[in-house]
Amino acid sequence: MTRGVHDLGGLPAGPVDLGEHDRTFFDQRVDAMMRLLSHPTDGYFTVDAMRRAIEALPRDDYFGLTYYERWVRAMRTLVVERGLIGADELERKLAALAARGGRP
Amino acid sequence: MAREHAHSRDDHDRDPHAPVDESHGVRADSALLERALRELLIEKNVFAAADIQRQIELTESRTPELGARVVAHAWADPGYKTWLIKEPKAAIESFLGIDLNLTPELVVVENTPKLHHVICCTLCSCYPRAVLGIPPAWYKSPEYRSRTVIEPRAVLAEFGTRLPDDVEIRVVDSTADVRYMVLPLRPRGTERMSERELAGIVTRDSMIGVAVPGAPRRQTKVSTTKDAGLPT
Amino acid sequence: MTPRFAAGDNVRVRAREIATHCRTPYYLRGKRGVIVRGHGTFPNPEELAYHQLGVPHQPLYQVAFDYAEVWGKRERNTVITADIFQHWLEAVD
Repeated sequence: MTRGVHDLGGLPAGPVDLGEHDRTFFDQRVDAMMRLLSHPTDGYFTVDAMRRAIEALPRDDYFGLTYYERWVRAMRTLVVERGLIGADELERKLAALAARGGRP
Repeated sequence: MAREHAHSRDDHDRDPHAPVDESHGVRADSALLERALRELLIEKNVFAAADIQRQIELTESRTPELGARVVAHAWADPGYKTWLIKEPKAAIESFLGIDLNLTPELVVVENTPKLHHVICCTLCSCYPRAVLGIPPAWYKSPEYRSRTVIEPRAVLAEFGTRLPDDVEIRVVDSTADVRYMVLPLRPRGTERMSERELAGIVTRDSMIGVAVPGAPRRQTKVSTTKDAGLPT
Repeated sequence: MTPRFAAGDNVRVRAREIATHCRTPYYLRGKRGVIVRGHGTFPNPEELAYHQLGVPHQPLYQVAFDYAEVWGKRERNTVITADIFQHWLEAVD
């Protein structure tokens, strides 16, 4: 039976890291944007779609990225899927930002 | 409650609740993607920068203190406790004066001397954010998500929590549209405490179920990790 | 859709294969449990995940599973519960 990368119940794992990690500005913004985009009445996609997009991440990304890094990749999939941003347009924007060194 | 207000590793003068430098631990491609999406979505009027800020503030306004006040009130008022268990959202809205209309269904599970609940979400990170705020990083970790359903007593021991063998542990996997909050067992010796004092011993972790509330005049699980011999 | 199950009913989680989004964890597929409570009905997340409406709404239940049933070994006084949609449950006598 196939098992999603996210379907973790019962799998072997090490000790729980109890450290309290402060949220970064990045975390806060990604969280906020996702909540706006998946708002029950004013949103563009459901929380379920967001989960589905996260679950579709390659295994290395799922375990290698931070929680909100996974969210921002799911957001990318869904805003393009919903036609909010064109895929080409996003690529151009990323290239433009990278050319400026990614700095404000 | 010291664990829930962990300070930045470096800067003791910094406001402990302010987010850390955004370049900490975020890959360059993730930061770029976030910025590209945000700028394009604002440009296209999908949302405004002010909407993002307002949402951040709303999210930050929900803290475990909300849940703690609800628990304390339920301990102090048996009639409220009955209502809280029967109609959690209505009872919480009424007591806290907050609007839970667009939040997921909530179930409050009551711990007893013979029954201890612990909440998890093996599939992602479902958590009663409306009354507890943002889940701690460990709740969302692969280790907690994998192990709580198969070795709950070992996981609880890592939090410094040990329950007698004759207490049933009920692991509640939040797999769908319902969110769960634990109504912890009121500790003995708290009979004379005011509701405000009671709220002070109800920790976030006791409302998840990985810990129990503190006894009076004793800080709850401040040195849990030290007690367990693990590095703090 | 009227709920098919009530608290106390014995059920089994279907041992289905599914490649698309679902909320029935792998570790509970094919396991027997008891209905703790009904949560009411909700749109089907398997469809919501793909921008469909998820209608008709499906009844959702909290189901309790004995540790030994889930993991195949004994562990005293340990029960696992999960919220499972009706279309993933079948009646057990």
